[in-house]
Amino acid sequence: MVNTRPLSVEETNRALKAKRIRAAIWKHVTKVFIFVMLALVYAPLVYISIYSFTDSKVMGEWGNTGLDIYVSLFTEADGLELLGAARNTAIVAIASTIIAVLLGTLGAIGIFYTRNKLWKNALQFMNQIPIVNAEIVTAFSLLVLFVSILKLQTSLFTLIAGHVILALPYVVLSVLPKLEQMDPSLYEAAMDLGATQTRALFKVVIPDIMPGILSGFLLSITLSLDDFVITAFTKPANIVVMGEEEQFQTISTLIDERIKRSSVPKEIRPFTAIMFGLILLVMIGMYIKSVVDAKKERKLLKGEK
Amino acid sequence: MEEVARRQRSRFNFRASLSIPFFVFMVFFVVVPLFLIVYFSLTDDQGHFYFDNWRLIFTAGDKWKTIGLTFEIAILTTIICILIAYPIAFILSNKKFNKNKILVYFFVLPMWVNFVVRTMALRDMVNEMFENLFNFQLTAKYPVAGTVVGMVYDYLPFAILPLYNQMLKMDKNQIEAAADLGANPFIVFFKVILPMTVPGIISAATMTFMPTMSSYVVAEQMGNGKVSIIGTLIESYVNTIHDKNAASILSLVMLFIIGISLVVEKFFTKKDEDRKVGIW
Repeated sequence: MVNTRPLSVEETNRALKAKRIRAAIWKHVTKVFIFVMLALVYAPLVYISIYSFTDSKVMGEWGNTGLDIYVSLFTEADGLELLGAARNTAIVAIASTIIAVLLGTLGAIGIFYTRNKLWKNALQFMNQIPIVNAEIVTAFSLLVLFVSILKLQTSLFTLIAGHVILALPYVVLSVLPKLEQMDPSLYEAAMDLGATQTRALFKVVIPDIMPGILSGFLLSITLSLDDFVITAFTKPANIVVMGEEEQFQTISTLIDERIKRSSVPKEIRPFTAIMFGLILLVMIGMYIKSVVDAKKERKLLKGEK
Repeated sequence: MEEVARRQRSRFNFRASLSIPFFVFMVFFVVVPLFLIVYFSLTDDQGHFYFDNWRLIFTAGDKWKTIGLTFEIAILTTIICILIAYPIAFILSNKKFNKNKILVYFFVLPMWVNFVVRTMALRDMVNEMFENLFNFQLTAKYPVAGTVVGMVYDYLPFAILPLYNQMLKMDKNQIEAAADLGANPFIVFFKVILPMTVPGIISAATMTFMPTMSSYVVAEQMGNGKVSIIGTLIESYVNTIHDKNAASILSLVMLFIIGISLVVEKFFTKKDEDRKVGIW
């Protein structure tokens, strides 16, 4: 038998109070849990940053405390090599991101407005390949194409192409949902009011899907900065900088090579600490922006009332 | 009227045509290279068709042992990643708690420091910790466990994001309704929440399983040079032995495994839209 007797006022209050208490406990537990998880995720970065304040050769040993290796990052040969690698990493990340965002945004618009079902599916399937494929297979297959078939040397071009493949599918996947959310009649309205197709595209469609393009942009940079396998397979051996030939390394390939020789430059510690500082700044910036946005939203809501 | 008729007559779909550069790029750099791998797996270094490679590859050395170990590490990593990522994604998908997704960004931002550097820092950190607590180095004494720790650390964001995306779409009212109707938290979880998130779990599993198999850098660093996975084999065939035919065969083996897991994924996700794994 189900008890259908109506609850008394006290019982209702008690039940509601218990629910509120449970909600409060849950809220605190989840907060602590997320905080602990974030702390774990950032622990290696904190660890490496702590060891940036000592000049010992390896981490795990503590030498003289001070900022000595911050100075040698900008003065010693090892440090300068690291900065050169950082410059290369940045060039590749920026170039590949620009290309990936352009191709990906246009690709997503194209896929979305394709009426032929078969063609649409084919494009989406192609987009899915690099996402599910193992990075090493992508990297190796590119190497085969460039070196064995086209008889090209690996170069900055092959490296950037590799990074575009890495990021392009994610740009498409970030933009597509925004297209689906868009009001389709806006484009038609712009056309009916006399805009050309290109103008309607730039004035109506692109502004509307901008958040998706921005996510794709950020994701693209992130994936490029984090990459090692594709870089190692498709990077050029040497590069000419200001008339002088020098070895081409990115941060990841340089560190990997030095790990193999057990001579990791200690300057990687201050370098990573600086990157970590940059990440913290971005985090603070994001947090402030979210607080400001929330305030604006509340004001808007109040205004409507 | 004329204008409308003219527009309808023109068969040229301007907006659809924008995908042409994308299409050309993908065909040239993604599809063609995959066919090249198939070609090289069936030929010898002179370009003649040669099928014995397939037999030789799998009889020479400890290939099966390596493949077995790869599966062991990949499966363990995937399970642990999902167990950790699931509650994180669940909490983050609460819009009150995670306004404007910024907490999701916080889990992804460490990737700005390259994973080779992060893995190195993790290795030194874990080793120092174990040295102080138990007087041994984790990566030296238990290389496989060390590898799994490294893989979990590196691929956790790839497990969080698909789960998070799936949970955003979850109907929160159903959970509340079940709780209000008297279901205890366990029943709510197993009967309501879990079934709604299966596509996300499958997606997260593929997103961690694949890269784990090929991540030879993590295996090398966290396994103290003693752990060899399929990725390690391919890398050594390419860079040390310079045998692209053998590397092609192993790549095809990986593609085959990926194909199987995709079929599994397809089986669990009915609608096409559920398969999107967009990160941001």
